[in-house]
Amino acid sequence: MNFWEYLGNRHQQLLADAFQHASAVFQCMVIATLLGVLIGVLTYRREWAGNLAITSTATILTVPSLALIGLLIPVLGLGVAPTVTALVLYGLLPITRNAVVGLRGVDPTLVDAAKGIGMSRAARLLRVELPLAWPPILTGIRVATQMLMGIAAIAAFASGPGLGNQIFRGISSLGSSNALNEVLSGTLGIVILALLFDAVYVLIGRLTISRGIRA
Amino acid sequence: MPETQPPTAAAAGPAADAGPAAGAAPVTGATIQLENLSKRYHGSALPAVDSVNMEIGAGELVVFVGPSGCGKSTLLKMINRLIEPTSGRIRIGGEDVTRIDPVKLRRKVGYAIQASGLFPHMTVGDNIGLVPKMIGWSKTKVKDRVEEMLDLVGLDPKEFHGRYPRQLSGGQQQRVGVARALAADPPVLLMDEPFGAVDPITRDHLQDELIRLQRELHKTIVFVTHDFDEAVKLGDRIVVLREQSHIAQFDTPEAILTNPSDDFVSGFVGAGAALKRLNLTRVRDVGIADFPTVSVDDPLQSIFDRLRAGTHSELLLLDRKGRPYKWLRRGDLMRAKGSLARAGTLVGDYVTRDATLRDALEAVLTDSSGRVAVTGRRGEYIGVVDMETLMNSVHELLEEDRLSAMEAQHELEETRAQQTHLAQEGGAAAGPVPENGAGSSVAGGGGRLEGK
Ligand SMILES: Nc1ncnc2c1ncn2[C@@H]1O[C@H](COP(=O)(O)OP(=O)(O)OP(=O)(O)O)[C@@H](O)[C@H]1O
Ligand SMILES: [Mg+2]
Repeated sequence: MNFWEYLGNRHQQLLADAFQHASAVFQCMVIATLLGVLIGVLTYRREWAGNLAITSTATILTVPSLALIGLLIPVLGLGVAPTVTALVLYGLLPITRNAVVGLRGVDPTLVDAAKGIGMSRAARLLRVELPLAWPPILTGIRVATQMLMGIAAIAAFASGPGLGNQIFRGISSLGSSNALNEVLSGTLGIVILALLFDAVYVLIGRLTISRGIRA
Repeated sequence: MPETQPPTAAAAGPAADAGPAAGAAPVTGATIQLENLSKRYHGSALPAVDSVNMEIGAGELVVFVGPSGCGKSTLLKMINRLIEPTSGRIRIGGEDVTRIDPVKLRRKVGYAIQASGLFPHMTVGDNIGLVPKMIGWSKTKVKDRVEEMLDLVGLDPKEFHGRYPRQLSGGQQQRVGVARALAADPPVLLMDEPFGAVDPITRDHLQDELIRLQRELHKTIVFVTHDFDEAVKLGDRIVVLREQSHIAQFDTPEAILTNPSDDFVSGFVGAGAALKRLNLTRVRDVGIADFPTVSVDDPLQSIFDRLRAGTHSELLLLDRKGRPYKWLRRGDLMRAKGSLARAGTLVGDYVTRDATLRDALEAVLTDSSGRVAVTGRRGEYIGVVDMETLMNSVHELLEEDRLSAMEAQHELEETRAQQTHLAQEGGAAAGPVPENGAGSSVAGGGGRLEGK
């Protein structure tokens, strides 16, 4: 069976896997974004806190994904829980770092002006600082998404959902007639998904970054 | 042609209670009182601002001027508590605001800074409407206000409302910054070198604009600059600050120019105080003289006759709309063989009644006739100012300044003597009068005095 025949045969399975893959990445990105921005907002004002946040999220990233999932299985069991946890943890670094750097990069005279015209701390954050820090944060989210696309494939190791299952099935049955097709379709699917997500981010950037600060 | 309008350009003087007496617009400003206000930054040995006492009247425009690092910005930012004072008290409109919620305080105090401080991600309209929206104005009211404010600062609302700050020139940004600061109609406006970052010509425009605006609004404005000429141009009163915000002199521009309290202040005033003084008086405040005029429509013969018979050897020829056109001397017509078109010399320069004496002097010096024509709103002839009038007025002004300065000096000495007397009688109760180099003094009851 050549690759095209394989796709024709299995397209339903593949689509379901792709959908699950995308949905897992999407949901984890939502959680990671909320958490990452929150950590950024809570820490950027203090030198040490912000640096600690960046360093600790960076440390997580140095743990190989397979190892992290392996470590999580005894604690959280198999399936969705370790997958989500691992993906969120990996997604945190780029988002947290860019949130801290972005918020710190807001021109202090603008913050002064915001204070000076009587904006409360919350208003300053929501109306001035976050909108101005949003472009780098969105870049962080993009980078994190690309990363999670690949890492999500590893989740199949913990019986997680997604295209990783194709790849693992292929690897475990290397030599069989469909092994290559399986690995190839899984990998290609991930690449295509990543490109689609990126296109969506470009669109989101267009819609959410003010024309006044767009490059 | 005597002018009945009040001399608005001349400072109203210490407008402690009533504010400027003249002027149609009501005073919307509030008094500002600073009492023993100090700021010591963390980790520095000397305070950046050391025990400042000052009272600014409602509707006054007071300029802080002083060398870089003397604490002007620190002092200014303590008024809206962007910088929290280490000690001392701030009152606005009589209310002690030293401990109230700073956000609430800042909604009563507009703030405009160098390079405008506009939020780049918001349109001009959103920037201006931000504070009104925050304090809960309705959408339509905010919208109307934004248009009103753009109008006020001389920008076409339709054109500029939807622009982003980066689509504006520096001067336009600065106007929007001022509009934003005034949007919620705060009684007090703080401005920290607002025109520091624009070119000299734009700065001149913006200064004129601010003067006009203040004539309409009568806010209490505190303006920081290190340009003494700017201070003279804008201030009802000027505070000259030396290091640690010690008040070197707090007085009207006239008084500081003619009677600087010490070498530090004279150093700051710089050379040419008498010339700078000319900037403070307008043509409308000096005698505008009549001058014999003829019109281009007059019969040639009558012009001839007047030139020959008149006591003046010179006439001003007006064009059909009554605007100054040419200076005609005796003999000019003869030389031009009776052609008005070729006779005489064209009027080079003219000034309006709002021009400063300095402008007038400049015009007189460059015009060959030794005088300058004064024109009205539509360029029509009103009168002339000549060298002699100018010299006399300047001498009178300087003399007047000298007298009032002497009077002030006298008064001050009297109060001092009285205080010393009181202190001697009251013993320790009255406390010593601190005599620091700045010469700032402490009044008896309230414990404050407006410099000297
Ligand atoms: N945040 C700060 N921490 C420590 N010292 C400060 C701080 N801000 C200002 N200073 C010091 O306080 C003094 C007064 O500063 P300030 O900014 O008020 O001066 P300024 O008169 O506004 O000067 P300029 O004309 O240059 O703006 C300076 O010596 C400055 O170094
Ligand atoms: Mg300053």
